[in-house]
Amino acid sequence: MIVRISDDALARALGADELAEAFARKGHEVQRTSSWGMHWLEPLVEIDGRGFGPATLDDVDAILGLALSPSGEREEPRSGGGRGEQGDDPISPSGEREMWGHRVEDHPFIARQQRLTFARAGKTRPTSLEDYEASGGWAGLRRARTIGGAQVVEELIQSGLRGRGGAGFPAGIKWRTVAGTPGDQKYIVCNADEGDSGTFADRMVMEGDPYQLIEGMAIAGAAVGADQGYIYVRSEYPDAIRKLEQALALCKALIHPFRCEVRVGAGAYVCGEETSLLNSLEGKRGEVRAKPPLPAIEGLFGKPTVVNNVLTLAAVPHILAEGGSAQYGALGIERSKGTMPIQLAGNIKHGGLYETAFGVTLRELIHDIGGGTESGRPVKAVQVGGPLGAYLHPDQFDIRFDYEEYTAADALIGHGGITVFDDTADMGHMARFAMEFCAAESCGKCTPCRIGAVRGVEIIDRIRAGGRKADAVEALSVMHNAPKSDRLPEQEIALLTDLCETMKWGSLCALGGFTPYPVMSALRNWPEDFMPGREGAVQAVLDRNEA
Amino acid sequence: MTTKEQRVAEIVAGHEGREGPLLPILHDVQAELGCVDGESEALIAKALNLSRADVHGVVSFYHDFHDHADARPEVQICRAEACQARGIEALMADAEKAAGERVRLTTVYCLGLCSAGPAARTRDRLHARLDAGGLAQVIEAAR
Repeated sequence: MIVRISDDALARALGADELAEAFARKGHEVQRTSSWGMHWLEPLVEIDGRGFGPATLDDVDAILGLALSPSGEREEPRSGGGRGEQGDDPISPSGEREMWGHRVEDHPFIARQQRLTFARAGKTRPTSLEDYEASGGWAGLRRARTIGGAQVVEELIQSGLRGRGGAGFPAGIKWRTVAGTPGDQKYIVCNADEGDSGTFADRMVMEGDPYQLIEGMAIAGAAVGADQGYIYVRSEYPDAIRKLEQALALCKALIHPFRCEVRVGAGAYVCGEETSLLNSLEGKRGEVRAKPPLPAIEGLFGKPTVVNNVLTLAAVPHILAEGGSAQYGALGIERSKGTMPIQLAGNIKHGGLYETAFGVTLRELIHDIGGGTESGRPVKAVQVGGPLGAYLHPDQFDIRFDYEEYTAADALIGHGGITVFDDTADMGHMARFAMEFCAAESCGKCTPCRIGAVRGVEIIDRIRAGGRKADAVEALSVMHNAPKSDRLPEQEIALLTDLCETMKWGSLCALGGFTPYPVMSALRNWPEDFMPGREGAVQAVLDRNEA
Repeated sequence: MTTKEQRVAEIVAGHEGREGPLLPILHDVQAELGCVDGESEALIAKALNLSRADVHGVVSFYHDFHDHADARPEVQICRAEACQARGIEALMADAEKAAGERVRLTTVYCLGLCSAGPAARTRDRLHARLDAGGLAQVIEAAR
């Protein structure tokens, strides 16, 4: 019997290796596949398309017993695609588990998705060239080589694909710039420094479908005339590094003349910013560069460089396959085309990878698909877009997944990570953490970020302490213009608002520039966590500042 | 030639011909010698025709490189937003008790297991869905 168990890092962290060994010891062939992305069911054991999860070592015999029983008897209760079933507990009152002998593919979490980038998730062995080829692999690259660079760029523009790293810049325009810039050497750089908390889609692509990413890079190389690629992976992803290196060694001849190499980061969050990443690749401090010049014109080692996120590059093979561009462009809404791999994380019952066309609302994602919080308590806040994304209040859950709609709400989609918090979260603490994180990870090049973040932590502390006493230096008689009285917390809030404006408009990159989003959204939506009992005072300051 | 000089020279030679070799070299030195100290910095600087300040600037910028070795086993604990939402902060006091002087606990911001936190890492082994007992086990088993 063939037993399929994921070798994704998350499944392994939950004991998938030990399970695989146990099945192998019983004499069964174990295939290590990518993960379906239903993380609450990991480690998930799949036999003949039927899933058992989360499975433990104690379940091995029971699973084998059920799998050997005539198939079909456990299949009918499940009606694929239906709503409402999402809210079920893994073990329902009747004692039946949510995924215990049911068809994995029919599970509503999978059946409702529109998977393009993650079409192979759960189905193929990550580094198997045979599986990749059999599931349509390399078709995009073959076609790209026949139609020529200009046509590739044209189709990418037609598809409407925008950078999935966070900024949402049209990928085709970037490629066209690099293609049109003269240079003897050009580079394709893949930004795999997925440092945002609440995101793991890049990791899942690299670990589960590495050839798709490599193919995307090779297509980019063919389109813009670059023969060297670098994948900059963060050091916190040892499994992804290993898989990519294996995959690159195996497909070397297939992507020739394009060459590609993995480079490992060194624990700096800011290196996810593209210019900082380029400096890091060059062997320098990961300090942000001022733009212009754009990396497309003067990038790695001063040469024209395409810098794209993993998800952007991984979407390319599908778009370049026959008819792919039109299909991709037909999905989504307004100017947000195609699909987005959304990552459901934090305190959520059904966490995992959910790829769907743009336009889905937060309410659907969190309640219908995610099943609410794992703790069972009410949802208090949701952070979309990683540590630099705004905290959204349940009142805002009708917002649709769309770049422009989020921007209009002073929020961002970022890399598509959604972190759910229940009502025990202290949003004043989370705002302070945002500043603390910025201070710890700032590259130090620009003042608003380097110093502003430290001052931000101090101000939030003072607000939460109920203001502060007059400073000893301020009280000196020579300090003619300094206020001599104690500070009220509302004065500190005005100061925090000012500081956030300065950071937002004065920082060189998104780290300092976007840290105000979580801070100000927390302040606006949950003033009671900053000044308990005096929410009105916070509101008055915010209204005055906006006027 | 001391052993350290020899090892650093070998590592640098192993990366010859690579573009921007400094970070890969530093990773290897850190892995091999447990740190990148002043002596290694000077050796690397000389071999790559950089100033010692250039190399020190890079070493001190990145969280992964340390200027002195710590022989204690390390447990990395994720304390970013998603793991906070899943309750990591409440486990920290007990974790520190379990670690004592023997184990070095370090904070990392995200191991990419955000739907199944709290998460921790020992060497290349990841752990997820940790509760107080699970985290204590990870810490006690760290070698």
